[in-house]
Amino acid sequence: MTELTDLGLVALRDGVAHGDFTATEVAGAFNAAVAEANGALNAFIVTTPDHALAAAARVDAARAAGEPLGKLAGVPIGMKDLFATKGVQTTAASKILGGFVPPYESSVSQKLWDAGAGLLGKLNLDQFAMGSSNETSAFGNVISPWRATGDAALRAPGGSSGGSSAAVAARIVAAATGTDTGGSIRQPAAFTGITGIKPTYGRCSRWGVVAFASSLDQAGAMARDVTDCAVMLEAMAGFDPKDATSLDLPVPDWRAALSDDLRGRTVGIPREYRLDGLNGDVAASWDQGIAWLKDAGARVVDISLPHTRYALPAYYIIAPAEASSNLARYDGVRYGLRDLPPGANLQDMYAATRAAGFGPEVKRRIMIGTYVLSAGFYDAYYTQAQKVRALIARDFTQAFQDVDVILTPTAPSSAFVLGEKSADPLEMYLNDVFSVPASLAGLPAMSVPAGLDRAGLPLGLHLIGRPFDEQTVLDAGLAIERRAAFVARPAKWW
Amino acid sequence: MTVAPADVARIAALARIKVDESEIAALVPELNGILAWVDQLGEVDVTGVAPMTAVIANQLRLRADVVGADPLTGGGIRDAVLANAPAAEHGFFGVPKVIE
Repeated sequence: MTELTDLGLVALRDGVAHGDFTATEVAGAFNAAVAEANGALNAFIVTTPDHALAAAARVDAARAAGEPLGKLAGVPIGMKDLFATKGVQTTAASKILGGFVPPYESSVSQKLWDAGAGLLGKLNLDQFAMGSSNETSAFGNVISPWRATGDAALRAPGGSSGGSSAAVAARIVAAATGTDTGGSIRQPAAFTGITGIKPTYGRCSRWGVVAFASSLDQAGAMARDVTDCAVMLEAMAGFDPKDATSLDLPVPDWRAALSDDLRGRTVGIPREYRLDGLNGDVAASWDQGIAWLKDAGARVVDISLPHTRYALPAYYIIAPAEASSNLARYDGVRYGLRDLPPGANLQDMYAATRAAGFGPEVKRRIMIGTYVLSAGFYDAYYTQAQKVRALIARDFTQAFQDVDVILTPTAPSSAFVLGEKSADPLEMYLNDVFSVPASLAGLPAMSVPAGLDRAGLPLGLHLIGRPFDEQTVLDAGLAIERRAAFVARPAKWW
Repeated sequence: MTVAPADVARIAALARIKVDESEIAALVPELNGILAWVDQLGEVDVTGVAPMTAVIANQLRLRADVVGADPLTGGGIRDAVLANAPAAEHGFFGVPKVIE
């Protein structure tokens, strides 16, 4: 028999529903896989085997009683440790939230439990989701299960959803939640040969998700293929009155409508993404993706998104500005860490607590954000960035008058070695060059595995759709998935 | 625009983050590198462009004006609110003395 952990989300749910195996057997198999791998990969900050087993027992009992089963019945998943989980420590991978145990459940995680999923544990991430390599976590680096051919150097799983990507790629979770502010679902998915989708801004509730940059933060699904992502996103999405920016729209049945027949659809190839000195393997993978989409019946045209080069600098004003405001709440009074030096007054306590609790990258971004919002600089930086953001969104609106979906590479390279880029913040920021524009415009976007580069490491292709049109993104993703026939997986070394 | 050590000290004070001299010395070139890079936004012609206020047009809603409509925020859960506090005393958040 196939190992249960080799099965994806839909296969597990259907197997449980058909009685091929029980949800309890599935939870036991994944709990064992997590226990075996986590020492080496450090993908989880805390594991919750009892939660997974309890959810499985409820599913098995429901099936025995003949009750209808949810979309994710019997599927064990990991939650990025940015989602508040009632009674289970939630840290955002920061010391400042050390020991924080939420008395409430995030809307997205509640929906997943209601659909029958079980919690294997809370997944590691870049601290407050600020990073592209999972090296800013206060709980240590996540190690990618992937290694280059003949090279045992430890590689980055991408970030910020690096625990999620590593765990899905290592097959120790059936699927995982991620959050994406500037590429934090798509870049790690590309680095680890998995599929990840960020829906239109507002599809998934932000309620109970630790805030980084509220106008950009959006939860999404990370799984082994496009169909699994579609089903998981259906379970996560939906209107939530507790989130002021939640979209009051019905959640489509994306899986039922999935089709890789792209006849009559037009794919745009933005010329500004063909950067000088673009990695040869990445460029070749992009060309291959164009050929695959043509094979699926699509018409492919060149388009222009003229303000692309300004997206990253605009993002690195807007996201830190929002972060500096959101993270003002960590003051050592209501929850988390408190550092109270002898004789300190209240202001000293705030400053000492925040100095001790935040990591270097978080402090750097809070300070940049504080600076660009400060008197005398606000218009030059923040207002200017929001105007440029409007132009970036307008570029997309104009392009989508002629095309249905846009194809680009997900990241400028395959996974780099841990430590290789952590000395220079700007070099790390450039990892998000292809993913940030869609974030600034709130558009749905996904990464699909396209193949391996010459070092034997995965590369991803990136699809960007119109607002609310996750379906076309998923369809084009499926067209690539079927033609790429990506079956490579990391050799088990843990 | 560039920042000097005094500017970094002022920003850190505004952000309520304690930094010592050596941290300031390290932050000055880092922040200047980032600021020099974002300065390229200044070359974009934004004449007549309104700053973005929402990525997806949405209507702001009002909730029903009912006390306790949401049991999580409706009150009467003092102990749950205080449960994660580093110093909860007598049903209040404890802080260092603020009155001289």
